[in-house]
Amino acid sequence: MKRLSFLFPLAMSVAFAGVAQAGTLDDVKARGSILCGVSGGLAGFSQPDDKGNWTGIDVDFCRAIAAAVFNDPTKVKFLPLTAKDRFTALQSREIDVLSRNTTWTSSRDTSLGLNFAGVVYYDAQGFMVRKAAKVSSALELSNTTVCVQSGTTTQLNLGDYFRSNNMKYEAVVFNTADEVIKAYESGRCDVFTTDVSQIYAERLKLSKPDDHMILPELISKEPLGPVVRHGDDQWFDIVKWVLFAMINAEEYDVSQKTIDQRLKSDRPDVKRLLGIEGNYGEQLGLTNDWVVRVIRHVGNYGEIFDRNVGANSRLKIERGLNKLWSKGGIQYAPPVR
Amino acid sequence: MTDVPVRRARARAGWIFRPRVRSAIIQILLVALIGLAGWYIFQTTRQNIAAQRLVTGFDFFWVESGFSISQTLIPFSENNTYARAFLVGLLNTLFVSALGVVLATVIGFLVGIGRLSQNWIISRLCGAYVEIIRNLPLLFQILFWYLAVLTALPVPRQSISIFDEIFVNNRGITVPKFVFGEGGGFVFGAAAIGILLAFVVSWLARRRTVATGKPLRVWPLNLALVVGLPLACFLYFGVSVSIDQPVLKGFNFVGGLRIIPEFLALLIALATYTAAFIAEIVRAGILAVPRGQTEAASALGLRRSKVLRLVVVPQALRVIVPPLTSQYLNLIKNSSLAVSIGYPDLVSVFAGTTLNNTGQAIEILGITMLVYLCISLVISFAMNIYNRRIALKER
Repeated sequence: MKRLSFLFPLAMSVAFAGVAQAGTLDDVKARGSILCGVSGGLAGFSQPDDKGNWTGIDVDFCRAIAAAVFNDPTKVKFLPLTAKDRFTALQSREIDVLSRNTTWTSSRDTSLGLNFAGVVYYDAQGFMVRKAAKVSSALELSNTTVCVQSGTTTQLNLGDYFRSNNMKYEAVVFNTADEVIKAYESGRCDVFTTDVSQIYAERLKLSKPDDHMILPELISKEPLGPVVRHGDDQWFDIVKWVLFAMINAEEYDVSQKTIDQRLKSDRPDVKRLLGIEGNYGEQLGLTNDWVVRVIRHVGNYGEIFDRNVGANSRLKIERGLNKLWSKGGIQYAPPVR
Repeated sequence: MTDVPVRRARARAGWIFRPRVRSAIIQILLVALIGLAGWYIFQTTRQNIAAQRLVTGFDFFWVESGFSISQTLIPFSENNTYARAFLVGLLNTLFVSALGVVLATVIGFLVGIGRLSQNWIISRLCGAYVEIIRNLPLLFQILFWYLAVLTALPVPRQSISIFDEIFVNNRGITVPKFVFGEGGGFVFGAAAIGILLAFVVSWLARRRTVATGKPLRVWPLNLALVVGLPLACFLYFGVSVSIDQPVLKGFNFVGGLRIIPEFLALLIALATYTAAFIAEIVRAGILAVPRGQTEAASALGLRRSKVLRLVVVPQALRVIVPPLTSQYLNLIKNSSLAVSIGYPDLVSVFAGTTLNNTGQAIEILGITMLVYLCISLVISFAMNIYNRRIALKER
């Protein structure tokens, strides 16, 4: 009943909310903060630290939007959501943006009434097993019990993969990521499956992380990105371009360290990005120094990646696909001009 | 003389103050107001949905689900539709609720009667059970049974085996399954008919006892009906029976019948928790029967068992049944706490996975609420009929 009692007011707020679809940017400015839906506790993506401050790449992205709008990255309220509740929360205007390791799929983009603003992290689904099970490939997982989180693309990919390889399995479905990893650790399941980045994060919660291994097979494409509602193009543009600006900033070597020096740059693309030339920020409904604010307060894409999930974090995940296009990855952003 | 027109004028002006007219107007206004509010909610919902270009309607029911469910009473695979997933979830809810109601009633009656026992140890034990169980949150008890008891059992390879037939491990309890060959349906049919006939026989015998005052011995005939009829059918058709034995193959046991730990944890927690409340209701019911009734029955020379069965229990039931209904309804609604331990009930499968994959929150939550409402109404309707039957008949 706990879930239902949470979902009920959400559904009801769809019913009662006024018809007028006021601009989200105006709402945000009037409120003085951005409401950002995040995961309740996923190391590297969104997790409160020991002082109660939210950290993670998904969190930093919301801070970047706040920096662009308010010139203050603290003007964000984070709402932890389960995978199950996240879309309803966005649809019913409980949050302004969903930044919660959410996979971009066609049906979510269309029939749920949502828009994906880009890809913050290119991920893929994998499997974790105990080393003691002596398994080296996902194809040996026939007749296993698999722990998985409800309401995720993971649950469906799992079905597809085992079905297409004619393998039997039993899926035990839990509501929250915490319940899933707890059930796996207790031995209820042989296999733990989710996006690989998340497996790295969840593995840290196990009492002996080294007793577990991630199998080499990656069974799906999981482009994770921020999501907004249909029907507000201005807000959609802002969220989309904050992400693009951070990627472009990395490409043009504009970082928290170099920003003051790059402000004096003669390069026209850097000048346009930093608002020295043109009025691209005003076109978005922001100020022209919007990118400077984002970089100063939060950093560029490479910085938030390294800080939260990459080399400078506990997870130490390789950039891989998430390298810039110019360095062998697929992160690419349209130009500011 | 001037009186009449004045009175008439007052009557004409005063029609609005007449109680009947006034109450009618107020009621019409209230209904109109509620109707308007409903209409407003409906319209804004529709417009909001249209503005967000959300998909609505019930077409999602016929889409392939793509996920699997760990416990299914009817066959279910990824190729089946959401409609079937709904049915699987509903059956799982009904299954655990039905067993829970039966178990809770049995435990509750035993503990309730036990608490009134003359035996000091038994009555104190029953008292302790009630006070401990009903004062701890149900969710906590479900998690306790699941995490601390059932998933703490050994892994499949080190299963606790009972006669090498039943295996207990952290994946549940695996027992051998009887597989009936051709004609198996007749045997089950015969068993059902046998049980039905036994009830009819008991009813007829009772009527005869009431009419003639002579007690009848019907149990040999009933035994023959319940056991003999299916057995005869079984031998006549020569039904083959094979045993599907569980075998450890790779990670898990294959074959046999497996009861998953999520189901067990939920059933135990629901049954013991509700039983603690039922025990108190039963105790109250029995204590509500005046002592004179027992004494009068004893004075008539009835044995103690008959005193209970014929005099005390029927009167106690009048007090017990109405609050018992509430406990049954609570148990059914509490079964939705299954979500927290991954038991695939209606809320988990339908209001959880299906809702998230289709995103149609309003339709799915509406249906889920309607289903719980229907189940509850059916139960309370049935209990009301039973209550009317046992109620004091004033002649």
